Amino acid sequence: MAVISVENLTHTYSAGTPFEQTAIRDVSVTLTQGESIFVLGHTGSGKSTFVQHLNALLQPTRGTVRIDGEDINKDKISRRDVKRRVGLVFQYPEYQLFEETVAEDIAFGPKNMKLSKEEINERVREAAGFVGVEESLFSRSPLELSGGQKRRVAIAGVIAMRPEVLILDEPTAGLDPIGSRTIMENIRNYREKSGATVLVVSHNMDDAARYCERLIVFDHGSIRMDGTPEQVFAHTEELMDVGLNVPKAAEIAAALRKRGVPLEGAVFTHDQLLRALRRAGEVTSC
Amino acid sequence: MLKDITLGQYFPGDTVVHRLDPRTKLILVVLYIIALFNAKGWGAYLLVLAVTVICMAVSRIHPRNIFKGLKPMLFIIALTALLNIFYTQGTPIREGWIITWEGIERAVKMMLRITLLIVGTFLLTYTTSPMALTDGLELLLKPLNRLKVPVHEMTLMMSMALRFIPTLIEETDKIMSAQKARGADFETGNLIERAKALLPILVPLFVSAFRRADELAVAMESRCYHGGEGRTRMKQLRFCTRDFIALILGAVFTAAVFVMKHFGL
Ligand SMILES: Nc1ncnc2c1ncn2[C@@H]1O[C@H](COP(=O)(O)OP(=O)(O)OP(=O)(O)O)[C@@H](O)[C@H]1O
Ligand SMILES: [Mg+2]
Repeated sequence: MAVISVENLTHTYSAGTPFEQTAIRDVSVTLTQGESIFVLGHTGSGKSTFVQHLNALLQPTRGTVRIDGEDINKDKISRRDVKRRVGLVFQYPEYQLFEETVAEDIAFGPKNMKLSKEEINERVREAAGFVGVEESLFSRSPLELSGGQKRRVAIAGVIAMRPEVLILDEPTAGLDPIGSRTIMENIRNYREKSGATVLVVSHNMDDAARYCERLIVFDHGSIRMDGTPEQVFAHTEELMDVGLNVPKAAEIAAALRKRGVPLEGAVFTHDQLLRALRRAGEVTSC
Repeated sequence: MLKDITLGQYFPGDTVVHRLDPRTKLILVVLYIIALFNAKGWGAYLLVLAVTVICMAVSRIHPRNIFKGLKPMLFIIALTALLNIFYTQGTPIREGWIITWEGIERAVKMMLRITLLIVGTFLLTYTTSPMALTDGLELLLKPLNRLKVPVHEMTLMMSMALRFIPTLIEETDKIMSAQKARGADFETGNLIERAKALLPILVPLFVSAFRRADELAVAMESRCYHGGEGRTRMKQLRFCTRDFIALILGAVFTAAVFVMKHFGL
């Protein structure tokens, strides 16, 4: 069980210099075990800053972050331990690969946890399986892989630590549609098999509609909305206001309703749209 | 964080010092260093100190930033002072001691000299953007072109290096965070373990530095960059009245120090 509670978190970069900048302001939120959360927000709204506080990579300027009631910044040891429980995959993680082979790179995290050789091997295989990295790639150099393969290896490197909370900062940025869909499916698969909390930072509304149960919307360093996709996507205007969009399906549904097509219920994923259209009798075969 | 290192960093501002032509500031710094190394008596030191403080005040650089920049040099300053205290002949401050009055005087002067040297050059880099600085340097060194010194290429290299220092620092920060998230430990262990722990940072850093260099070269070539010959610049540097005034003041200051040296002040 890992419950992360964030209280009045504020972070200021380069405090006390002319470059001082407050990236997040007074953020309070609780993440419960097993949730699947998307964090949305415009560029520079503080999403990356926020997630780096959840595993003590950044220390709060003010406020606290607790995991199961314990302050994660209490001392050096708790700061180190929280990194094993909360795994963070950075934006463009492929640039952090460094080992000679793919297998060794995935093993870097477990090795730092001082696990036995067998245990490490097993975890590497398991993590690679989750993200679809074939064993034939294990002895290749990570630098020779394609962009999408590198991304998967990097994600596997974090999954191999079996975190209770898995955070991914824009895991699909710069990938083709199929590549990003597989990665999102892999992540969902990991969550279902391991019961971990998964938090994904993303700009993709369609993914958000499809893969999560809870949406947190950041705007200029604070949380503007927090709720289920139904709740959040119902506020189209407000989303537009913070520089975001609604999913394609919701857009189409809104346009159809405007033209007098009677669509029932909340519509923001492709499946929901199809179902609503069928019910409205507009689509006979698809 | 690595990023908070202020050593030689540019602080944007809009004071007279910021607006001076970079060439003026470069010449002034040279004059300042000449003056500093010719200051012998206390009078001259006081004059240099006063001028430094006035320049600091005019350029509105917060003393805290100056101290921050000085911090890494403290060890060298202290060491020089200690050596001077113990290795100067003269009258001992007490019978039988090796510490002499002359030694103390020299140590204090030495400390002042190094500190002022650093602060003076900091004032230049704090108030001049790296681009302006290399532009100014290029123009000042242009006469060396006749001696077949590749001035343009050298200053271009310098400005690119300066331009990429913050980028590389940022990159190092990011890679370090990412490896820390995977449980890497950079703080404990013996020397060999720590050196080994640097590998996960250095490899990605070099890979990305080479990638960046490659991309930059391609970008420059695709914009038809072909060296300095016949190149004009977007921002023309021009001397104005304030530059002449500043240069005259600088010359007077240096002359004053020489006069004081002559009279043993
Ligand atoms: N290391 C840093 N030093 C100084 N300022 C920073 C640093 N990292 C981020 N910032 C600033 O903090 C603010 C929030 O940045 P952050 O990276 O958290 O945004 P983001 O929501 O992740 O944006 P994006 O969607 O572009 O990734 C930005 O204004 C940014 O300029
Ligand atoms: Mg980000």
